[in-house]
Amino acid sequence: MSVKERGGIGQSARRVDGEPKVTGEYAYGSDLRTENMLWGATVRSPHASARILAIHAEPIRHMDGVACVLAAADLEHAKTFGLEFCDQPVLAEDVVRFRGEAVAVVAAETYEQARLAAASLVVDYEPLPAVTDMEQALELDAPRVHHFGNVLRHVHIDHGDPADAFADVWVEGYYETAMQDQAALGPEGGLAVPAADGGIDLYAVTQWIHIDRQQIAPCLGLPEEKVRITLAGVGGAFGSREDITMQIHACLLALRTHRAVKMVYGREESFHGHVHRHPSRTWLRLGATHDGKLVAGEARLLMDGGAYASSSPAVIGNAATFAVGPYEVENVRVEGTVVYTNNPPCGAMRGFGAPQVCFAYEAAMDELAAKLGMDPIDLRLRNAVKTGSVLPTGQVLEGSAPLREVIERCRAIPLPEEAPVAGRDAIAYPGGAGNVSRGESLKRGVGFAVGFKNIMYSEGYDDASEATVSLRPSPAGPVASIRTAAVDYGQGLYTILAQIVRTELGVEQVLLEPSTSGVGSAGSTSASRQTTMTGGAVLMACREIRAALGNEELTRPITRTCTYHHRATTPLDEHGQGSPHVSFAFVAQRVVAEVDEELGLVRVVQVATVQDAGRVLNPQGATGQVEGGTAQGLGLALTEEIQLVDGAIRNASFTDYLIPTILDVAPVVTEFVEEPELDAPYGVKGIGELATVVSTAAVVAALRDATGRTLNRVPVHPDDLVGIRSEATTSGPAPVPDVPGQKSIPEYLGLGLGQSMLMKASDT
Amino acid sequence: MLIRATVNGAECALDVSPAMSLLTLLRDELELTGSKNACEQGECGSCSVWLDGELVCSCLVPAMQAHGCDVRTVESLATNGDLHPVQDAFLAAGAVQCGFCTPGLVVAAADLLARDPHPTDEAIREALAGNLCRCTGYQKIIDAVRLAEEAIA
Repeated sequence: MSVKERGGIGQSARRVDGEPKVTGEYAYGSDLRTENMLWGATVRSPHASARILAIHAEPIRHMDGVACVLAAADLEHAKTFGLEFCDQPVLAEDVVRFRGEAVAVVAAETYEQARLAAASLVVDYEPLPAVTDMEQALELDAPRVHHFGNVLRHVHIDHGDPADAFADVWVEGYYETAMQDQAALGPEGGLAVPAADGGIDLYAVTQWIHIDRQQIAPCLGLPEEKVRITLAGVGGAFGSREDITMQIHACLLALRTHRAVKMVYGREESFHGHVHRHPSRTWLRLGATHDGKLVAGEARLLMDGGAYASSSPAVIGNAATFAVGPYEVENVRVEGTVVYTNNPPCGAMRGFGAPQVCFAYEAAMDELAAKLGMDPIDLRLRNAVKTGSVLPTGQVLEGSAPLREVIERCRAIPLPEEAPVAGRDAIAYPGGAGNVSRGESLKRGVGFAVGFKNIMYSEGYDDASEATVSLRPSPAGPVASIRTAAVDYGQGLYTILAQIVRTELGVEQVLLEPSTSGVGSAGSTSASRQTTMTGGAVLMACREIRAALGNEELTRPITRTCTYHHRATTPLDEHGQGSPHVSFAFVAQRVVAEVDEELGLVRVVQVATVQDAGRVLNPQGATGQVEGGTAQGLGLALTEEIQLVDGAIRNASFTDYLIPTILDVAPVVTEFVEEPELDAPYGVKGIGELATVVSTAAVVAALRDATGRTLNRVPVHPDDLVGIRSEATTSGPAPVPDVPGQKSIPEYLGLGLGQSMLMKASDT
Repeated sequence: MLIRATVNGAECALDVSPAMSLLTLLRDELELTGSKNACEQGECGSCSVWLDGELVCSCLVPAMQAHGCDVRTVESLATNGDLHPVQDAFLAAGAVQCGFCTPGLVVAAADLLARDPHPTDEAIREALAGNLCRCTGYQKIIDAVRLAEEAIA
């Protein structure tokens, strides 16, 4: 067998799922249909906090076309679900805890009938006091979102002693980031089909088939093997498809009516139906010697988890361990808290706690450089971590850490020429298509930021991935097939897996079977982990096939199933010490932006990114991840904010929630540093999240350079840039709650029934 | 009410309700699900189709307005299994990730190049400003338009 490299690793192979996507044939969750199906619709709470007094379902049952109405009283099995803790009701029982919480579901013959029935359902509520501010949630007399209080998790990291550290210069800052929406274009949607064996076949969008099944099955009273999930086309996710949305509802309606049920969220419902990026408040102090050596860092982090836990405990764990940046700092103290509020729940979004703290520590580094009279890039180089560095958790950075090279190469990318101000096409001015300016008061700024993030799950979690590869002879030559439960929601995993098989087995023809729950778990498509984890499992299977074949000719099918585990990590001990992360990746980004100082409008001119990728398996796909990730970070810097008033989302539409358009983004120059990662397949590091981690910080750094303003809150509004709105202020760090750490509070109370316990259960 | 329209070259007689959008007609009645519903407000362009040769957001067009019209969707672009040059360029440029916005962008890009075979960068950005993409950051979409321009010329 000769190894042909066409479409193998290192090449920009075309997407394996590309052709049906450009022709419109690719079937997303919202495109599915079947004969004689019903449509489902959800009734949601109009209150952020209220007691449910009565649900008047009976009149709805007699409406035209209505087949079924379900409320909490109709649930016969498990009544809650959740990624880490089962604290979220399938349907609200006695109380509602956020505006938009599911209270009832309806199935009817047509979409319109289902929507009308849902809108007609009368629910009597007694409004209760709500807590919708994360600092208010910490007050002792604040309303309690759950009976055990409002602290979801508090993380404490103690490394050396910042109070004793000898620092010549201190900087101190306060930073706020808004709630961001993943805004995947493809909505939540799918089809539940009752099966003859009493089970259910579910076709739905998700990021992890098996964690869905482990949450769905108990709520249906079914053994897991009777809940068969097939992945539907996923129109983007970015974290928002990690949690259950319509899956349990559609299955309950289908089992009750004995008919297939389709559910699809509209855009407004989507904003209420999935978790968001945590809004954050960060108080940060950095101390350095005169020559720019960081010696101390103190951080107080507060995040709003909303009404239910989702993956908030892991997000605050990440944010706390990254709070002083990818720098060597001997004395560090971090207090990180995520609280419950009556706001919509927050959970995973690309970057997972890292973008919020990056915005803070990079602003502080720029301020420190200014105070020291040092070049800000030199200050970063002076303190950058490297292999062997000790992180604030005490974790020794064992893998590759080419941060210095990342920074130096980013600095070396030529700056774009300054375009003359006069005589441009209107869209080349800030506010472009609005034709509001001719550049009368244009200021140009250059910002530089550095970021880092963990790859794979952390704090002791074994997120293994299983894959099966088969090689069989055929008249047209050997054919390989890959079977895995892994989800590709657009980032290109399936193409990477095919590239690995082409390279390892030397075959042209590689088939990918649909992702289903019929095989072992592949873990989640998140944490930048799938190229390493499922890629690793496919690579192992290919090498076993090669070993089995030896030098013989392929005359019979050979099939191998392998499971890839990453290096073990540990939980944080009582001082926040341990080895919580598997692997780290680093990024530097330089942003050139123009600000119209009279209008407060911004035009990003160029984004230069250098990212640590271990090894690039598909250059075109990799740059695509950086470009797309940058746009999401730029969105948080400039426009993206879920506006909440008393727990109500005021901008649940693409008219009012502004994601970047093609007019808002700038050319992105991307380079990769390829220093192989220890033990990883081909030396890869995941690449999906890094650009999002850093670009919010880098864009705002450019705006500060252009305007000289503090800009300690994102998104930056035009009002901030013209000076109408003052900087975000604080009366001092939020109090550290008097609760046990490091675990999540529900875990101490025995409320654990989330992914770690379910994973253990499924192993037995 | 009953309307008659030509959809991707085929004449159809269709019973539509007054509240039905052209997008719903295409997706739910004709099972042409290539046109996507992502915002319902004409903000994202995922539902872009041609109505008598004019690029429209089909979510904003009442179905009955298609009476007597020629409707063309993304499904009309590939002929006999051969991709339209814009479709091929999107694949070659890596302009497709999740793909949900892709049908609308392919239609909008094909419309641009039919009107303006050699657009400036500004013209490309302006023409595609009504199409949201959450995955790509748009750079490779601009690359794709340039590739398609060369292929068509």
